[in-house]
Amino acid sequence: MQLVLNEDQELIAKTARDFVDEHSPVSRFRALRDSGEEVGYSRALFKEMAELGWAGIPFDEKLGGAGMGFAELVLIVEALGRNLAPEPFLGGVTMGGCALALGGESGLREAWLPGVIDASKIVALAHQEAGGRYDLFAIGTTAEASGDRYILTGEKTQVLDAVGADAVIIPARTSGQSGDRDGITLFLVETNSKGLAIERQTRLDYRNAAVIRLEGVECSATSVLGNVGEGGALLEEVIDRATVVLCAEMLGGMSEAFDLTLEYLKTRDQFGVRIGTFQGLQHRAAKVYMEIELARSTVMAASRALDAGDKQTAQLVSLAKARCSDAYIHATNEGVQIFAGVGMTDEYDIGFYMKRARASELTFGDAAFHRDRWAKLGNY
Amino acid sequence: MSDLETFRQQTRAWLEANVPNDIVGLPAGELEGTWGGKRATYPVPGLKTWLDVMADKGWTAPTWPTEYGGGGLDPDEAKVLTQEMRALKVPAPLIGFGLTMIGPTLLRFGNDEQKKEHLPKICRGEIRWCQGYSEPGSGSDLASLQTKAVRDGDDFVITGTKVWTSYADQADWIFALVRSNPDAPKKQEGITFILIDMDDPGVKVSPILLISGKSPFCETHFTDVRVPVENVVHKIDAGWTVAKALLGHERTMIADAFGGSGAKPRKDAGRSFLSDLAVQHVGEADGRVSDAILRDEVAAMEMDSRAFGLTVQRTKDAARAGHQPGSESSMFKVYGTELNMQRYELMVRILGPDALGWEGEGFDEADLNTTREWLRSRGNSIEGGTSEIQLNIIAKHVLGLPV
Repeated sequence: MQLVLNEDQELIAKTARDFVDEHSPVSRFRALRDSGEEVGYSRALFKEMAELGWAGIPFDEKLGGAGMGFAELVLIVEALGRNLAPEPFLGGVTMGGCALALGGESGLREAWLPGVIDASKIVALAHQEAGGRYDLFAIGTTAEASGDRYILTGEKTQVLDAVGADAVIIPARTSGQSGDRDGITLFLVETNSKGLAIERQTRLDYRNAAVIRLEGVECSATSVLGNVGEGGALLEEVIDRATVVLCAEMLGGMSEAFDLTLEYLKTRDQFGVRIGTFQGLQHRAAKVYMEIELARSTVMAASRALDAGDKQTAQLVSLAKARCSDAYIHATNEGVQIFAGVGMTDEYDIGFYMKRARASELTFGDAAFHRDRWAKLGNY
Repeated sequence: MSDLETFRQQTRAWLEANVPNDIVGLPAGELEGTWGGKRATYPVPGLKTWLDVMADKGWTAPTWPTEYGGGGLDPDEAKVLTQEMRALKVPAPLIGFGLTMIGPTLLRFGNDEQKKEHLPKICRGEIRWCQGYSEPGSGSDLASLQTKAVRDGDDFVITGTKVWTSYADQADWIFALVRSNPDAPKKQEGITFILIDMDDPGVKVSPILLISGKSPFCETHFTDVRVPVENVVHKIDAGWTVAKALLGHERTMIADAFGGSGAKPRKDAGRSFLSDLAVQHVGEADGRVSDAILRDEVAAMEMDSRAFGLTVQRTKDAARAGHQPGSESSMFKVYGTELNMQRYELMVRILGPDALGWEGEGFDEADLNTTREWLRSRGNSIEGGTSEIQLNIIAKHVLGLPV
């Protein structure tokens, strides 16, 4: 595993950074938030990004993708995360797209994945239920077999990129009890299905998220992704990928928050000097710098491990999420402290990053959750 | 087959033919091994044979030019050599400050006579070096050093005291910073970097007893020691430039020793060193370390170490790919040493009352050692530039914060 960008990857990173800076400065995120508009991103801009090939990066060429990998996708998402650009790469491309891609051969993959790749379709994945915290198998939503069909009943929460989606993948229980790994089946449900309701939730980070209510939604057997009862393993694989993509977004966010903070240290005067001359603040900044450098190494390692099918992938994913969670929180807490009074105002962007840091930390497991997972994987 | 793969096979075959049996499985850590020098001792006879055959091959200093006794390998080949030695479970043939500090400094700043005189003796383990930087009155403010070097004909006459000279009592030569111009407008501009033979009767060495009960450091006194001017490295009064470059080597070495390597999880399905220690001392419940808080601390320690190791690797990979090195050595020094200190703190807490032994009967040898090492580790964030000095360097030179 080489932890260095090759020339192609450097070009991807630069192209992404330039494109996102041009089309989606943080002021755009602010305007979208202020507008209260429900989808919170632009389908037209998302299409433009897809035309650059971004949405197809992690998918096989056989399936219409670009045949690259997570080592490249994280570069795109890092650029998005820097500017809080809201286009649906996490909930849509990664969660929905990877569930389709990993779900194996079925009519569903061929029918939907090309649309995910060219941004004509958005498919979300409803992995979270109320009270489930970080347990992927805490699924109470039921799928009752009825002849050659299934009837889905239950409620999902904080479904990322669900508002404006064309379909949602619903993990539901075909057997067993909430908490069991076995007995989970993934269903692809179109959002205009009878009995399905999507209601936008307003989170502190303004991310596109929704409650999904399923009241006797009818699905045919052809809407099953993967094998009946074996959706637990599939979910784990998809969420590991989504975790790495979220980490990349976090890496971009913490880097930008730190750049904003450094700029402030170099321009703000107090006591007749730049506040960046104070050793107390210099040391805070130096420590943030080190944490971000470590976080970057873990994202590079985890994305490469995913691409290589490395035996230590799960450990490296947990390492990345633990380090990125701690580093993003640290960088934004220090950022607000260094901006001081104005850091507490809505007018300054540093607060956006503090909220996004917390929201990201508490998605797919916080640092403590991933330390525990690391320990379990290490047989202790 | 690639050239590198051919090199690997040849290297493996050569090592298998030349490794003495009695050195297989000996400790192979960064600070354990053969230090060389006139007073060298070899706990097993194979270590001396190993040093000699490797020196003949140039592989005690694999990347140094062959004309100075090195192996002339490129970084990729050197990595292969390290991997193959590790695979055979043998220690490096030679370690010490000659290889890690003064050697690289001479390669960059030394003149041809100095390189020809000193580098081959380092490669063969004939001369052991130590470092004379700090003084009783000059710790973090190193540039305030006062050891006098007065010019007298073709010599400098040196008088003063150096402190924290690691293993000076076992060293043959010392590289030192001396005040050659007390009237220079800036204190950094009156310092010279000079090489001193410690056989001179004016050199006196006294070991310092540390809180760990051991004496790895000494105080080294110079009384009218005559040193020829040709022993000056780089230019007279320009030693600060050399000193800073050497500190970079020192910090990288400290970081490598304390954080970069020892932290990787085991490859087999068994437990890591720390989690195994925790199971032994606090017990096991349902296949897990029974104390949930210690378990979490073990995981945090391992994960921080791994993230740090990956960062060291990232810098090396970038250098191999031809990217300019940054000022990372400051970061590695502060992070690596703080990590090592936390690691010993955690080990002592895992041991619990078993960590309270000082010496003698009734205590386990390994536990006694852990306690001593914990005490020794408290110096990690002080030696080679305190953590605070490193944070200053990061703030100013990496982040560009105003002075």
